[in-house]
Amino acid sequence: MKIIICGCGKIGKSILESLVREGHEITVIDTEPSVISSVTEIYDVMGICASCTSCDALSRASVQSAGLFVAATSSDEVNMLACFLAGRMGAEHTVARIGNKENNIDNLDFIKRELGLSMIINPDLLTAQTIYNILKFPSAVKSETFTRRRFEMAELTVKSDSILNGAVLYYLRSRLNIPFLVCCVLRENKAYIPKGDFTLQAGDRIGLLAAPDDMHKVLKYIGILQKRAKDVMVLGGSRIAVYLAKELTRSGNNVTIIEKNQSRCNELCAALPQAVNIICGDGTRHALLSEEGLDRTDAFVSLTGMDEENILSSYCALDRKVPKIITKANQDGFGDISEKLGLDCIVSPRRITADIVTQYARALQNSQGSKIETLYRLMNGAVEALEFAVSPDFSRLNTPIKDLNIKPGILLAGIIRGSKTIIPAGNDVILPGDNVIVIAANQKLCDLSEIML
Amino acid sequence: MNYKTIFSTLGRVILLEAALLLLPAGVSLIYGEACISAFVVTALIAAAVGGALCLLCRSDKRNLSIRDSFAIVSLSWIGISLMGALPFVISGEIPRYIDAFFETVSGFTTTGASILNNVESMSHGLLFWRSFTHWLGGMGVLVFIMAIMNKAPDRSINILRAEMPGHTVDKFTPKSKNAAKTLYYIYIAMTAAEFVLLVCGGMPLFDSVVHSLGTAGTGGFGIKGDSIASYSPYLQWVITVFMLLFGVSFNIYYLLLLRRWKNAVSSNELWCYLGIFAAALVIVTVNIYPMYHSVSESVRLSAFQVSSILTTTGFATADFNLWPQLSKGVLLMLMFVGGCMGSTAGGFKISRLTAMFQIARNEIRHSISPRAVSAVRLNGRTLSAQEEKGLLSYLVLYLAVLVGTFLLISFEPLGFETNFSAAVSCVNNIGPGFSLVGPAANYSVYSDFSKVVLSIAMLMGRLEIYPLLSLLVPQIWAKARR
Repeated sequence: MKIIICGCGKIGKSILESLVREGHEITVIDTEPSVISSVTEIYDVMGICASCTSCDALSRASVQSAGLFVAATSSDEVNMLACFLAGRMGAEHTVARIGNKENNIDNLDFIKRELGLSMIINPDLLTAQTIYNILKFPSAVKSETFTRRRFEMAELTVKSDSILNGAVLYYLRSRLNIPFLVCCVLRENKAYIPKGDFTLQAGDRIGLLAAPDDMHKVLKYIGILQKRAKDVMVLGGSRIAVYLAKELTRSGNNVTIIEKNQSRCNELCAALPQAVNIICGDGTRHALLSEEGLDRTDAFVSLTGMDEENILSSYCALDRKVPKIITKANQDGFGDISEKLGLDCIVSPRRITADIVTQYARALQNSQGSKIETLYRLMNGAVEALEFAVSPDFSRLNTPIKDLNIKPGILLAGIIRGSKTIIPAGNDVILPGDNVIVIAANQKLCDLSEIML
Repeated sequence: MNYKTIFSTLGRVILLEAALLLLPAGVSLIYGEACISAFVVTALIAAAVGGALCLLCRSDKRNLSIRDSFAIVSLSWIGISLMGALPFVISGEIPRYIDAFFETVSGFTTTGASILNNVESMSHGLLFWRSFTHWLGGMGVLVFIMAIMNKAPDRSINILRAEMPGHTVDKFTPKSKNAAKTLYYIYIAMTAAEFVLLVCGGMPLFDSVVHSLGTAGTGGFGIKGDSIASYSPYLQWVITVFMLLFGVSFNIYYLLLLRRWKNAVSSNELWCYLGIFAAALVIVTVNIYPMYHSVSESVRLSAFQVSSILTTTGFATADFNLWPQLSKGVLLMLMFVGGCMGSTAGGFKISRLTAMFQIARNEIRHSISPRAVSAVRLNGRTLSAQEEKGLLSYLVLYLAVLVGTFLLISFEPLGFETNFSAAVSCVNNIGPGFSLVGPAANYSVYSDFSKVVLSIAMLMGRLEIYPLLSLLVPQIWAKARR
């Protein structure tokens, strides 16, 4: 598919990177010559150095034949205008990044409809939602839900004192007698789809799939069930912090935000409900953190603009045995290293945004086949979990799964049929109208029919 | 340096050459010549070497640094030249390997300088192979591989940059693979068009193929002792026009294909190129008119020679060695100019030249009024200070290579005119020079040492110096430790 990306800052670049890997034909437009030259040197894309709202530049990028147009500059207005122009000039779908100013996001539906946008992405809001999901369910490193919360997917790390260390999956499942599935394992940066005789080791990162109630029981059995975080301490009063604080106070949590800048604190005070506790001070000072109750808090979220500050203060929280620590790190390299060194819960707004756009592009590609409902990247992107709505034309309906001849590295992990959830065994079949959850290691799927050899 | 990726790519290039060697083998088969065995043996050797490199150096790393791509390009070009020389030696038609190597390098770099005293006695297969190397070398071997490969590695644009003649490669499609494919489609279509026009004009089939390939790559290997002179005026005009066409940037043809006329004609390089051609044509025509006493003949001869030298092709229809001093002077100056950026032509390139003159003009303006701010414009774009610096440093290196080549071959007692024009001709990938290496003579007068020097000069000129020079930097060979 031909894709045009306008604006190649942090967000634009990670969208670009992820879409290049998908094999799309990509043209990049940015005003900064150095950005264009660095991007075209690294990736196999075409670069145009011009303003994103220049019709000449858009036509040079052949916008009339573009399947997807993404405007990801740091200016909401430029993005809206660029998408509007691109849409009028013939781009099939337009995606705008909006939300760099807090007051821009109150009438998004109207803007979306009037400008003919296909999707609006707000990286800060997406990140806040991800963090909120983790805090609701703090036992896992990361948790995702599929359609109507029928299935939950939890990513967790096997610690050396856990009963999972050394457990064989087959026995584990028979002992528990709960329908759940260990659907992928990341060991030494290699992703596996485990079979029943697979033995777990300390240090493995595993993906668990189960219905929400069952997930609760499984985690309880493993002994890592944590209660929902009640008191949350947030470092840095960024936009993400505002979104997060609003969500958290709505669901009854106590939130403390620590922000260095006095005038920003005043803004936060005005923007947030009274219940949010706003502290003006340097959150990188450990004395201040303990004074403000780092030892009492259930969760610590560091959201300053500096990866380094976030990582270091998270280590401080780790040292104080805060039960749940979430760190924002935009540079992939930092995230990977800190994961190795003990911070297992890293969120990256860049990655989250890139995943959303990639999912959208993937869904556009197979408009004929079974629709992709959700796509999650797990295990640092090595594994993908996809949810397909089975179309009536799927060629192997009503065939027992054991006869489907599924490719290696692919697992049919779950079926959602009405209100029933099934962890499929060999004799289960796929029916039209089902939602199917597929786990794919080290490969990319666009359609359900691709799971078979 | 990423040795595995480099050598596996090299292996792939040599494998490709093995496959392409079957084409001249087919030609030999048609003419029932003995040299078919030479091609088959070479193809087998190439397949074995290439296959071994591919198998031994399997690499899953897809990331190429700039230094890797430089190494890939220079090593590939040296590799295919070493391998491509074998058929000449095995068939015994050029018994000495050094001579065969010179001939092959001259072929791949689209120079067209030959050491053959009697071209007409060569077998058809070898003649075809000689001209085919022009065609392949004109657009680039790695560009060809990129066009047929499934997935280009990241940063593959650096390979395109290092191999395509010109300091900038404007990709006109998002994917390198498609850009490479488009380039080759245009290239093939234009070559075919010339072939058809030549055949219609009554040129024998084999001659048409060879001359089309030679023109397309702006190479210049002929198959007659007097190059093109014995063909009819119509055929000479066809070749003149196509030489000029192949000296134009392929980006312009792509824009024409997209019917973006305005963008296509806005290129000031194109107008400059045509202007230089017209000016040289007028001067030379007037200058040689007294020799031929016929307007049509002097225009035809002058147009042919001017476009042949300007586009660095090197075909000839007249021995310009015998022309008046002014015409020879004009032709010598044209050798330094070369074709447009992004064409198959060699030389210093018109756009570099125009940029250089603009830099000089700006400096003069600046010295007169120090507060003046001025820019260098190239095809509707302003060059950054960094790019200006790059151009100037290229000029220095270019002159250094030229002077170095000239000094190294000055051991030969052949006179200043011969040696200097040989150096200029090889560095700019033209072919014929003046005096003893003029269009009616050849390079067999040089010693083995000088042939090696000239071969390196041709490669330097074709790859535009940086890739080959970077091989001499010790750091490039440093291996990643972990």
